[in-house]
Amino acid sequence: MYLLKRKKGDYMEDKNMEIVYPGSVIIDSLDVIPGQNVYRVGSKVISKRVGIVVKKGSIINVVPLNGVYIPKVGDFVIGEIVDIGVSFWVVDINSPYDAYLGIYDTKDFIEKESDLADYYDVGDLIFAKISKVTRTKFVNVTLKDPQAKKLGKGMVINVTPSRVPRIIGKGGSMIKLIKERTNTRIYVGQNGAIWISGENMEIAAEAIFYVEEHSVVKGLTEKVAELLDKRLGDANGKKDKEE
Amino acid sequence: MVKKIKRSDGRAPDELRKPYIIKAGVVKRAQGSALVQSGKTIVIAAVYGPKKVIPKHLEDRDKAILRCRYNMITFSVKDRKKPGPDKRSVEISKVIANALSRVVMLEEYPRTLIDVDLEVIQADAGTRVAALTAASVALADAGIAMKDLMPAVAAGRANGQILLDLTKEEEDAEDAVDMPFAYIPSTGEITLLQMDGIVDLNEIKKMIDLAKKGAQQIYELQVKALKERYAALATLSEVVK
Repeated sequence: MYLLKRKKGDYMEDKNMEIVYPGSVIIDSLDVIPGQNVYRVGSKVISKRVGIVVKKGSIINVVPLNGVYIPKVGDFVIGEIVDIGVSFWVVDINSPYDAYLGIYDTKDFIEKESDLADYYDVGDLIFAKISKVTRTKFVNVTLKDPQAKKLGKGMVINVTPSRVPRIIGKGGSMIKLIKERTNTRIYVGQNGAIWISGENMEIAAEAIFYVEEHSVVKGLTEKVAELLDKRLGDANGKKDKEE
Repeated sequence: MVKKIKRSDGRAPDELRKPYIIKAGVVKRAQGSALVQSGKTIVIAAVYGPKKVIPKHLEDRDKAILRCRYNMITFSVKDRKKPGPDKRSVEISKVIANALSRVVMLEEYPRTLIDVDLEVIQADAGTRVAALTAASVALADAGIAMKDLMPAVAAGRANGQILLDLTKEEEDAEDAVDMPFAYIPSTGEITLLQMDGIVDLNEIKKMIDLAKKGAQQIYELQVKALKERYAALATLSEVVK
């Protein structure tokens, strides 16, 4: 099973949880460095998007609460093959930009003059790593990574990409809880696509949507555990009745 | 100084219409949305995108394209409006798109398209400023990078008085002049200023000052609407039964 590694201090669960909006002045100081989703005018650091301020040392970032997925090198994403070219596949990664998967970026040995559809066909799902993003946002993905793979039968749900860190939780705690309780396999893409397979898929999906909806709240893990217990209890009760 | 007179709806000359309501996140299937009600004027804005540009030859490799569509619903006015775009709505769509492109950081989304749909549900003057106010909240709700929110309000003259936020009734006065106005509060940049009619320079200056005051009030309402929308995220609702 795969757990996304998260950098230290990346959490929304920060002491400073005030919601900022475009144009709101976060701080008026020259001692700080503007990070992600903020810009500087004179000595003021101003937010670009609706989000929550997260300070990392002297760097000020805004973690957005909404928005589409913009690809970043190193992210793991779940994508669907939508087209096949002469020497590449086109992958839909739930973003305004399509990604390209070249034949040299797969683990398979692709024989000369073979049909690419034999390896990955339109409609196949892959769990891939973003290897390159150009300035004008042309995106390459690769499967040449120990964690990357082709995904089999399962369900894919979409959540707001900026809330993915919360769904994974501190050191993968949240997703681990959902996986263990519902006995499912879950892959989480940074692009907000989540692949679920196993017996209690619907319950796992519901728990994930619950986390998405309350992504700023503290002490969410306990609430999710409560929700899972309730749902699984109901499901088991139903099963017993039928028997 | 604005003289104290009574308007037909009992407002002071420098007062916004009542109720003035802004709500964010009203259209579920849109990336971001907002509703603005200013007296009897109601406008819904919905933002879709950034998304792929179709047809592809229109795309700009350096920045996003902002496309606005202002539309009045057939039942929004007293006499049924013929559906579809006309000269007026094409013009308004264009001035709104121009104004919005001053605040939206289009260069962050190269090769994409941002669609802003504006539907006038009920019209009682001041629809383009209400639409602009709604559009900027909807864009922020969609998570699109912006320099600032952009409030918009109309100022004008009716029956010899300089007034803020005119209604249709006031606009129909003999000497009426209406001036839609939008600006960026943090920089003071004016992004929309339209007017026809005859006014002297002093009156224009007064109108701009009045509009700036009104816009400041609207700005606060816009911020409040966004905070209300996302405050729900920070409160734990009961686990559904």
